Amino acid sequence: MSVPLPLHRGEPPPAAADPMLSVGNIEVVYGRVALVLKGVSLTVPKGGIVALLGANGAGKTTTLKAISNLLRNDRGEVTKGTITFGGERIDAASPSDLVQRGCIQVMEGRHCFGHLTIAENLLAGAFTRRDGRAAVAADLERVYAYFPRLRERRNAQAGYASGGEQQMCAIGRAMMSKPKMILLDEPSMGLAPQIVEEIFEIVKTLNEREGVSFLVAEQNTNVALRYATYGYVLETGRVVMDGEAEALRQNEDVKEFYLGLADGGRRSFRDAKSYRRRKRWLA
Amino acid sequence: MAFVLEVLLGGLLSGVLYALVALGFVLIYKASGVLNFAQGSMVLLAGLAFVKAQAALAAIAPFWLAALGAFVFAAAIMVAVAWATQRFVLTPLLNQSQLSLFMATIGLAFVIDSLGQLVFGSEVYALDIGLPRDPVFLLDGVFDGGLLINGLDLWGAAIAAVLVVALVLFFHRTGTGLALRAAADDHAAAQSVGIPIAWIWFVVWTIAGLVALVAALLWGSKLGIQFSIAFLALKALPVLILGGFTSIPGAIVGGLLIGAGEKLAEVFLGPMLGGGIEYWFAYVVALSFLLVRPQGLFGERIIERV
Repeated sequence: MSVPLPLHRGEPPPAAADPMLSVGNIEVVYGRVALVLKGVSLTVPKGGIVALLGANGAGKTTTLKAISNLLRNDRGEVTKGTITFGGERIDAASPSDLVQRGCIQVMEGRHCFGHLTIAENLLAGAFTRRDGRAAVAADLERVYAYFPRLRERRNAQAGYASGGEQQMCAIGRAMMSKPKMILLDEPSMGLAPQIVEEIFEIVKTLNEREGVSFLVAEQNTNVALRYATYGYVLETGRVVMDGEAEALRQNEDVKEFYLGLADGGRRSFRDAKSYRRRKRWLA
Repeated sequence: MAFVLEVLLGGLLSGVLYALVALGFVLIYKASGVLNFAQGSMVLLAGLAFVKAQAALAAIAPFWLAALGAFVFAAAIMVAVAWATQRFVLTPLLNQSQLSLFMATIGLAFVIDSLGQLVFGSEVYALDIGLPRDPVFLLDGVFDGGLLINGLDLWGAAIAAVLVVALVLFFHRTGTGLALRAAADDHAAAQSVGIPIAWIWFVVWTIAGLVALVAALLWGSKLGIQFSIAFLALKALPVLILGGFTSIPGAIVGGLLIGAGEKLAEVFLGPMLGGGIEYWFAYVVALSFLLVRPQGLFGERIIERV
């Protein structure tokens, strides 16, 4: 019988000694009316892979966009809380400023430049760099080394590439900006299980060899928790649980709601609470 | 035979001017998905600014220096228009529907038209940039008497060709060009890799403004600068439908086809239909193209993966 690993339910997570990214109690409002994030806090340690889990509409994408400051496109804004990256406040930094500092988002649905070739897509990722063509060309070779399939397809239009190739292209494009941290939104979306595994293997490799930290928003809890070191579970705009990936995987509620490992009618943490309350009341 | 060729060449060369105006549309449409209704007004404004500055400078400087100074002045005006458009029209309308942006450019057209005439006056001005106006005879040995071509048109064609080559090189050989094409493809993704959209808009409207300036100089040399130039925009629409809204070569080929088609139709079909074909021929061609090939000859097909 294994010793139960520590889990947190809503209370602030233990502060990492030297966090890459820390989000402190942020609220996000869309169109000035809809409160979507109701106080989300999370920390990504330097060189860590952290998973952000939760169902559709839980607020995963919103959290990532709040960090990368792409919310304005969706008429959203951060109304409360703080975001720091590498020790500096980045609440007001523009997306291009953030990319220059080393924090880049790979958006949900891949968003490759469809009419550009794969090679051009990758080069576009180096837009904010000012270290010269030779350095960019060298990094292009490095990206090709991680993604041999992109090298094969480098002169094809990205719009005609397969879903897996597009996801690789999007991650490779982000790598071209020389990031310290990648915000990866739903990398498994619409991909076959084998390809999903391949993508996560690459994430792990990039993390280990290039020292890039990852914050991965993912519905595929099973895969995400196998590759991540730490995880946060979001529900309707709140962090309801967080802990070491292994602890989350062993947790009965996570097993039931997100891993589908138990039967029963419970579908979310809200159901869980009422279920327990009623049971106590009957007893 | 010589006569047919002469009509054809004359048509092709006047088509160059349509192509130049259409080019301005294509640049902005590619980068922001907006059909810039104000492109014709930008041509008018650029022409007015050039003529007035040239007249003012002519008193104190030799001809070529005055022309050069006027060009710089008009270019600066176009840069200012690009900046103001980006700052006060496009950025506030970020993430609104394309139709809203299109409507905004209609408003912009009225503002530019009126401001231009308020500041620079609304008379008809002659414009002279020193291009030869004498007719030229080509292929003297092949045909009896050769082909009579307007020298100005030949220069116009050469300048347009240089401009197009320069633009294509800019878009395909520079980092900025790549960023412009990327932003044209996917705004949100461009932002996510750190390409600032406001800056992209400024660059693209500046280029469109400079293309408008070149168009104004060539049209103006031929017909003078007057208010009716603003309605050139309407002539560029069939060119775009024919060539495709997203293709620079398409704008050129479309312009040439419409120019040549118009003249040939006028000369050969005109007598049968009672003349005046030139004014509606382009629109009929565009209409039939919309039915058969809506993306135009060179337009990008929308890539849809199943």
